[in-house]
Amino acid sequence: MAQLETELQLLKTEAVNMWSLVNSQLSKARQAFLTFDKDLAREVVLKEKRVNGSELKIDRDCENIFALFCPVAIDLRFLLAVLKINSNLERIGDISEGIAKYIIDAEAPFSEELLNVTRILPMYEEAVNMLDDTQAAFEREDTVLARSVFKKDDFLDSVNKGSNKVLEAHLKDHPGDTAQALWLMSIIRKLERVGDGCKNVAEEIIFYLEAKVLKHKNKFV
Amino acid sequence: MESTIIKSRNFNASFGTNHVVKNVNIDIPRNQIVAVMGPSGCGKTTYLRCINRMHELIPGASSSGEMRLNNEDIYQMHPIFVRLKIGMVFQRPNPFPNLSIYDNVIAGYKLNGIKLPKADRDRIVEHSLTSVALWNEVKDSLNKKGSFLSGGQQQRLCIARCVAMEPEVILFDEPTSALDPISTSTVEELFHELKKNYTLVIVTHNMQQAARVSDKTAFFFLGELVEYDETKTMFTNPKDNRTQNYITGRFS
Repeated sequence: MAQLETELQLLKTEAVNMWSLVNSQLSKARQAFLTFDKDLAREVVLKEKRVNGSELKIDRDCENIFALFCPVAIDLRFLLAVLKINSNLERIGDISEGIAKYIIDAEAPFSEELLNVTRILPMYEEAVNMLDDTQAAFEREDTVLARSVFKKDDFLDSVNKGSNKVLEAHLKDHPGDTAQALWLMSIIRKLERVGDGCKNVAEEIIFYLEAKVLKHKNKFV
Repeated sequence: MESTIIKSRNFNASFGTNHVVKNVNIDIPRNQIVAVMGPSGCGKTTYLRCINRMHELIPGASSSGEMRLNNEDIYQMHPIFVRLKIGMVFQRPNPFPNLSIYDNVIAGYKLNGIKLPKADRDRIVEHSLTSVALWNEVKDSLNKKGSFLSGGQQQRLCIARCVAMEPEVILFDEPTSALDPISTSTVEELFHELKKNYTLVIVTHNMQQAARVSDKTAFFFLGELVEYDETKTMFTNPKDNRTQNYITGRFS
């Protein structure tokens, strides 16, 4: 195997490890959110440093490969994609940490009714699924799976879009839930950004494998 | 609109029974730089030498198909005229060792028996050396032998010798492979200047050089033209797997 191929293979492994780490952060933050487990939330906050370290390592490795091997064609696209995927994953790591911090600061578990009316639980589940799918698509070089992420993001967008009205209606009958509603709204916004991040990542996977630029384009044409 | 200066159709070249260039179709646009790349033995240099009929000088060599300059059949023209219109620069700088820098530049005229007044010769020498960015370096030592120059300067002198004949096309056969990186960079910069007045076809093993200097790139493999496209496309999204494998170093 040529040295460049070995370097790219190592980089791919690092990117997959970063993905697993971010996935674990997002899932643990979800678990902490579901069970109101402050210890688990603290673990997520502590592990955020590892995500940051991993991001820096991948950036540095990409820079070295650019400088030493002058990659072209699919190798060049792979490196460009990994750089962008890396920063999107890091942002999802930040969002996981942000959600975990809400759990740490919250005074009581969220009300069941509020969780149900906002549809935040299925939204969270779908966000985790999307991140899973992008990882699998990257590992298996599967652009069909990468494309399936775009459709899933529609659900996250619709929950986010409807959340204002849903919360407004809920708060009319339950004004005491205002503080919790504001927390949930923030988490919904964060999950919507996870969806956007996954969509960006899926676009990069398609760019790397098919040399197609889907950014700012209708994905379903 | 870009116009074609060199056009090959179903072009083939052989050495005896060894068929080395197979059915090549290519349009080379005027005032552009076309890089020709491919592994050793792929036929790229042979193809280049067919463009100005240098190939036929080798015993046993033959060719068939169309090769046109400005839509005129190159193989119906006098070979000397073809080589005046289509100059060539080789891998190793080859100035005439016993001639001065001045005489090297106008060697093409002397060798072809073209007599020019002194003023014209002076003008051609200055213009040619200026166009290869060598005038300022050698204007005070024009009577020194060309072989006293550095490798990079010698190669620019050879390009000046070619430019002096006012060709339309200049063929380069691995023009920087014998030069150090700084001289290589000077020659590469020169390519960009030269393309304002000439069409350049460059055979190179250095893929990064092809990427840096050319507008279009052709990839040859086993005598066939596998792919020919804009250089940006060739190096970001080649269509043929053989091209991709070659430029990414996965060629076996």
